[in-house]
Amino acid sequence: MDPILQVEGLHKVYGATVAVEQVSFEVREGEIFGMVGPNGAGKTTTIECLEGLRKPDAGRVRVLGVDPHCEGQNLCLRVGMQLQQSNLPDRMRVWEALDLYASFYLKPADWKELLVELGLEQKRNTPFSKLSGGQKQRLFIALALLPNPQLVFLDELTTGLDPQARHAIWELVRAVRAGGKTVILTTHFMEEAERLCDRVAILDHGRIVALDNPANLIHSLEAEQRVSFSLDDGLSPALEKALSSAGRLEVQGERVTVHGKTDRQLPLVSEVVSLLTGQGTPFRDLRTEQPDLEDVFLSLTGRALRE
Amino acid sequence: MKSLLKMTWMEAKLFLREPVGAFFTLVFPLIMLFIFGFIYGSVPPPPGSDGLGAIDVLIPALSAMVIGITGMMAITITMATYRENGILRRLRTTPVSPLIVMAAQVVVVFVMTALGMLLLVSAGKLFYHVQFDGNALSLLGGFTLGSLSFFGIGFILAGLLPTARTAQIVAMVLLYPMLILSGAAWPRELMPATIQKVSAFIPLTYVVNLLRGLWAGQPWSDHLLDVGVLAGMLVLGVVISAKTFRWE
Repeated sequence: MDPILQVEGLHKVYGATVAVEQVSFEVREGEIFGMVGPNGAGKTTTIECLEGLRKPDAGRVRVLGVDPHCEGQNLCLRVGMQLQQSNLPDRMRVWEALDLYASFYLKPADWKELLVELGLEQKRNTPFSKLSGGQKQRLFIALALLPNPQLVFLDELTTGLDPQARHAIWELVRAVRAGGKTVILTTHFMEEAERLCDRVAILDHGRIVALDNPANLIHSLEAEQRVSFSLDDGLSPALEKALSSAGRLEVQGERVTVHGKTDRQLPLVSEVVSLLTGQGTPFRDLRTEQPDLEDVFLSLTGRALRE
Repeated sequence: MKSLLKMTWMEAKLFLREPVGAFFTLVFPLIMLFIFGFIYGSVPPPPGSDGLGAIDVLIPALSAMVIGITGMMAITITMATYRENGILRRLRTTPVSPLIVMAAQVVVVFVMTALGMLLLVSAGKLFYHVQFDGNALSLLGGFTLGSLSFFGIGFILAGLLPTARTAQIVAMVLLYPMLILSGAAWPRELMPATIQKVSAFIPLTYVVNLLRGLWAGQPWSDHLLDVGVLAGMLVLGVVISAKTFRWE
């Protein structure tokens, strides 16, 4: 099956700043594809080149088989877009926005149904400026779905939302995909990429530093699992010797951390707990830490994502 | 076509929901009329003025003021705000053309301007029994020409200036002296002769002259200069505003 979107050697420069450098990837039909990275990594520039809003300096972009910059008018009938910085007039009501935007398309989706699906029915007469951040984003998703698009672009959809609203938006994005649409999104939340996306491209300084599904990315790290706990009586030499067989030990006062590789048969935590109980040692505050995409980013770039 | 109708209707609702814009277009000119009416309303027509009193001259002049306000303030501020806030950016991702966006503005602001003039004329008839010697269709024609030629200035200012705030300030700085010097807000005859000479360089002067003339029943042929200047502004306005339009 042909990919729904292809990018080869995308390059974009603003003045002396290289915003996007040699970016290439493909998006398959029906997947949720994420671009993740810190602010200024080139996510928005890339997605805007795909949307036809910016002209690439070099490289080849095909979206649904056409060049988005040259055939934007044709494409905007088949593609839905939610932009990072866009607005509606303050005093425009929710239903008016949907009604107006529906009139731009020959065969629009039924906006009254979208109103219900996106949970905006209660707000149909509310002016845009009186909506919460999450409600505004839901309205923008509804506007993006009006053309009955095959492909939906979502740029920083959940930035500035509280966790509850963010989780609700994730459900909506999954529902959009379940409706047979392909989704391309950008985010600077690693958790969002990990939980929502089928495949993730990690961007840093305008380049793709990794591209795979989240599980593979995390697995490729061969990162450590960590189990830490506190001992009231301190670490006895016998226990230290036994725990060392599970992984490297780090002791800070009464707090002990065991670092172990991910590719093991038993989870590290069960091994550590059985060693502790086998010795009859009382312990408390046991915590485990799994590596996540945040660690992948750290190991690829040497920096934490949120600084 | 359907989107033009929807967008025009939407913009009309938004215009009326914005109290400041509606006030300056519909209410403020009436206040000016009543202030002048209070001062000059009972003064008999001066000799040599064809029997026209201050209020008779004032109605077409204040109509020109409405044109100045809507053309330079309403259009400039709306378009600059739409661009700065990303409202145009959102529209850009749809198949809608910039022409439809601009046409909806023109229709709505024109209708509001006409409404402003209608209120002025009605109030003049009702309270001051103003004398109208012209042809209503002819006056409407002059009013349309004056309005459209001024709307171009609004689109150009909105296209050239970087933010909504600067657009608003520049529009005000240009508009206020224009209202005084053109004789739109203040009878030009009351100003010193040297200042009256400056008014030849003020675009709004030509709207005032044309409307006052048509109001008094003068033929179009007496106002070829006014018509020429306004038609020139209209053509330039359309060409330049098409070139200066920016989605973001």
